[in-house]
Amino acid sequence: MSNLISQANAPFEGYVTVSADAPMGMLTLRGDLSSKPFITALKKSVSTDLPSACQITHDEKMSVAWMSPDELLILTPYDQVAGLQAKLQKALGKKHFLLADVSDARVSFTVSGDKVREVIAKLAPVDLAPDHFAPGMFRRTRFGQISAAFWLLSETEARVICFRSVAEFMFNQLSAAARPGSEVDLWS
Amino acid sequence: MLILNCPYCSVDAEETELTPGGEAHLKRFGPGSSDADFEGYLFQRENPKGVHFERWRHANGCGKWFHAARCTVTLEVFGTYSAQTTEPPKNLQKTISKKRPGWSWREFS
Repeated sequence: MSNLISQANAPFEGYVTVSADAPMGMLTLRGDLSSKPFITALKKSVSTDLPSACQITHDEKMSVAWMSPDELLILTPYDQVAGLQAKLQKALGKKHFLLADVSDARVSFTVSGDKVREVIAKLAPVDLAPDHFAPGMFRRTRFGQISAAFWLLSETEARVICFRSVAEFMFNQLSAAARPGSEVDLWS
Repeated sequence: MLILNCPYCSVDAEETELTPGGEAHLKRFGPGSSDADFEGYLFQRENPKGVHFERWRHANGCGKWFHAARCTVTLEVFGTYSAQTTEPPKNLQKTISKKRPGWSWREFS
């Protein structure tokens, strides 16, 4: 496992807490998600429900996020990714698809605290009002200048993923947005 | 600020999430075509005051290309539609006709 830049950072305690997560297993799956045989084969090895557009589904073993009309991102614990990949490969057989272990491509951050919506809204051009963005939704967007994606685990906890090459920038800008004294009190 | 609805993920994406792709519905003239056609393909672009059709990419989102119809004067967006087409959908053309009677853009009106 590569030495993670973000892991070197201690969590930032601002008016929300920003912390780098332990490495997470990630699989990219591309294929025709509107094809019934494809979905049937997929359901054999994916335990969660398949997400509809801009959604993420979870269970104890994995999360499945909708990345685009033909792409899913499957999140698992880091040590289980090889097993799941083999299982999916077998289940999908000769269908037309692409399956790649991209665990080391992205890093994940957890932002937690009462005002987590507000901190994300400072960086991403997304309407985070509670009636517009709810836990269970998944949004690919930009944070400052970099591409990223995020979802809410609850009203007080969000997860943000971005490419490893910009991990430090992401940590720094999340920390800056969470600096004590910079509260906006939008939705409290 | 331009806000376009991505027809693939239905997200209302703001301009900074998108990459502009220039004019829509260009027909490529490659090897074997006449010099005039090739020049037209490379350099001749519409520069309308009013209704315009463009290509955009939801670069910081789902990554898909799509088309948008909008007004260059008021920045009003008439609609967005899939990239898998060679001309604007008929119902979108009707919508535009209602809002901008007498509009024309290349061979469409």
